[in-house]
Amino acid sequence: MSATPDSPTRNGDVAATAAKGPQDESARIAELARATASGGSPMAQPAEEPTFGEGIRAYITRLKGGDIGALPAALGLVVLFVLFAALRPDTFLTPINIANLMVQASSIIVLAMGLTFVLLLGDIDLSAGVAGGASAAVMALVMNDAGLGWYLSIPAALLTGLAFGTLIGMFVARVGIPSFVVTLAFFLGIQGITLWLIGEGGTIPVRDQVVVNIANGNVPVGLGWVFAVLAAAAYALITLGRWNSQRRRGLNRDNFILVVLRVVGVAVVLLGLTAVLSQNRARVPGIELAGVPYSVPIIGVLLVLLSIVLGRTAYGRHVYAVGGNAEAARRAGINVTRIRISVFMIGSTLAAFSGIIEASRLNSVAPGSGGGNTLLLGVGAAVIGGTSLFGGKGKVTNAVIGGLVIATITNGLGLMGQRAFVNFLVTGAVLLLAAAVDAISRRRRASASS
Amino acid sequence: MQGTNPPTATGGAPLLSLRGIDKSFGPVQVLHGVDLDVRAGEVTALVGDNGAGKSTLVKCIAGIYTTDAGEYFFEGRRVQVHGPRDTAELGIEVVYQDLALCDNLDIVQNMFLGREEKKGVLLDEPTMEEMARQTLASLSVRTVRSVRQLVSSLSGGQRQTVAIAKAVLWNSKVVLLDEPTAALGVAQTRQVLDLVRRLADNGLGVVLISHNLNDVFEVADNITALYLGRAAATVRTKDVTSSQVVELITAGRSGDMGIIDTSATAAV
Ligand SMILES: Nc1ncnc2c1ncn2[C@@H]1O[C@H](COP(=O)(O)OP(=O)(O)O)[C@@H](O)[C@H]1O
Ligand SMILES: [Mg+2]
Repeated sequence: MSATPDSPTRNGDVAATAAKGPQDESARIAELARATASGGSPMAQPAEEPTFGEGIRAYITRLKGGDIGALPAALGLVVLFVLFAALRPDTFLTPINIANLMVQASSIIVLAMGLTFVLLLGDIDLSAGVAGGASAAVMALVMNDAGLGWYLSIPAALLTGLAFGTLIGMFVARVGIPSFVVTLAFFLGIQGITLWLIGEGGTIPVRDQVVVNIANGNVPVGLGWVFAVLAAAAYALITLGRWNSQRRRGLNRDNFILVVLRVVGVAVVLLGLTAVLSQNRARVPGIELAGVPYSVPIIGVLLVLLSIVLGRTAYGRHVYAVGGNAEAARRAGINVTRIRISVFMIGSTLAAFSGIIEASRLNSVAPGSGGGNTLLLGVGAAVIGGTSLFGGKGKVTNAVIGGLVIATITNGLGLMGQRAFVNFLVTGAVLLLAAAVDAISRRRRASASS
Repeated sequence: MQGTNPPTATGGAPLLSLRGIDKSFGPVQVLHGVDLDVRAGEVTALVGDNGAGKSTLVKCIAGIYTTDAGEYFFEGRRVQVHGPRDTAELGIEVVYQDLALCDNLDIVQNMFLGREEKKGVLLDEPTMEEMARQTLASLSVRTVRSVRQLVSSLSGGQRQTVAIAKAVLWNSKVVLLDEPTAALGVAQTRQVLDLVRRLADNGLGVVLISHNLNDVFEVADNITALYLGRAAATVRTKDVTSSQVVELITAGRSGDMGIIDTSATAAV
């Protein structure tokens, strides 16, 4: 039995802390003295708008602290575009190739959006790819064998994904099996289900025009422009309106010029993309092929909806909290089990949607649909985009940027006539690089907090 | 070092009272019939050796652990608590030893975690930010520059400040702090102790767990000593000396205070 209270060791601890960061400590005391002299808490005054320089410096500080987000992926995307444009000047930057690239990226992006929710909790869903394949098979069967339209077959596919996700979530959150193991089991089991549904060596064609149009149809050019302009205007109005209300109420806000630059940037991307995709890209003269592929506005709507869910609702906040510190979330009264189940439900439902897009693009579903490297491309897209494998950090936007990076690599290498093995090697290397960046920046974040 | 605080009127009905609390983890009984009173406007220090059961008692009060036996009174009424939400509703807030903040969220987000202000289905960020700033200002917090900083970028003292501000944000009536200064440097300890005293002066009932008797004698009005899971004694700070409290912590008794028959516990 210890006979003395441990205040001596306590004092030892204090001494150790002080010794560890003497400059730190004295700086803080000086700061304290200054604040006292100037009277009162800085919280008593309204927050000031940072200058342009301060805004930039704050961003750089965040980057140095390991909070790099989608920056590497966005830079990587620019580098890839410049590289392939230089290497394949007459094919890469053509409207038809850009349209192809967008369609190739869309199923990866939707899969990665779903995986983002799962990754935010530090979990993984290895079965997401094949869950998409099985859901697409259900859709094809409901259309072909039962003869029902897209309005029933698409919901049937989404419900199939939801059912997989619910089961996975139950096993992970209620039974307590690590998600890696549960979803590995589902990865095998679901492939069995697809094979059983379709039959060995079989392929189910997808002919429903609405489903085919998801990846193969284009928005009429005029309508495309209307959507693009409205979207850019809405983003500008909401962003500037929020900034103005923050200013009026004296809250923390970004530098105004940076906000305007962001609004302009979004408008340029939206309108630029619409301009490129509105050009006639038919290879045969006399035929008109123009307009934004339907999958682009679909991604846009999902991006906005899911970003609102994660960034602006209590549910989204709780997802981040559970991913950041599950015990803190539990003590805050958050139902951690329910949050954990819900992310698998969202993940698998979006995986089903990704499977539908892929079935539309290929006009068919096969037993191998969603297998192969589908899942790894999805995880790769999320992680390359800046979503952490360790949980608590990530955004839906990251999935979009990461998905574009992966699709650009595949597309560009294809144009250069590289064989498939090069594509595998390069994509694998990029994923490893992204995971390394994630691990290193996580360590930086940990050491940034003293 | 005694009596740095103006004497507070005692005899007022306690805000929070525990009677005969038992708590076991499997075969190990950690708390044995513990009594505790917390009065408004007073700091009650909870002291005891490592493993005496202080953190366990706090978690029982918070509703994180269910008790095996004993009664829980709040504002004179007997209450049943089933989880952290129940105690939060009563107005009891806890600053845990391990703080329980989410590093990936900012100060405002942490302070409102689980109790977010909403406008329709969307979060009402401006209102939350304003309330967070007001709370920090009312506590005269000077070391935090922006409430939109991520908690991962804060120092130990700043984190402690955020955890305390989170606890008082809700017009809470009782705040329990589990070793809030254990990991802090000299200047930061100073700030936190000032904050603790200010909470009580604002009329809250405060329970302070600390290993450091200097801290205890500086801010506490009452001291309850836990010895091997039993409440050995509850004394007025101004009536005792530091060495008497050390005896209560290490032996469970001092003079005529404390557990008279220690043979029962010694046999454990
Ligand atoms: N969850 C738990 N399960 C089993 N034993 C526990 C648990 N929590 C605490 N204990 C035991 O209870 C005793 C009291 O612990 P604690 O309340 O943390 O002490 P203190 O905070 O006073 O240092 C210790 O012997 C500890 O090992
Ligand atoms: Mg403890």
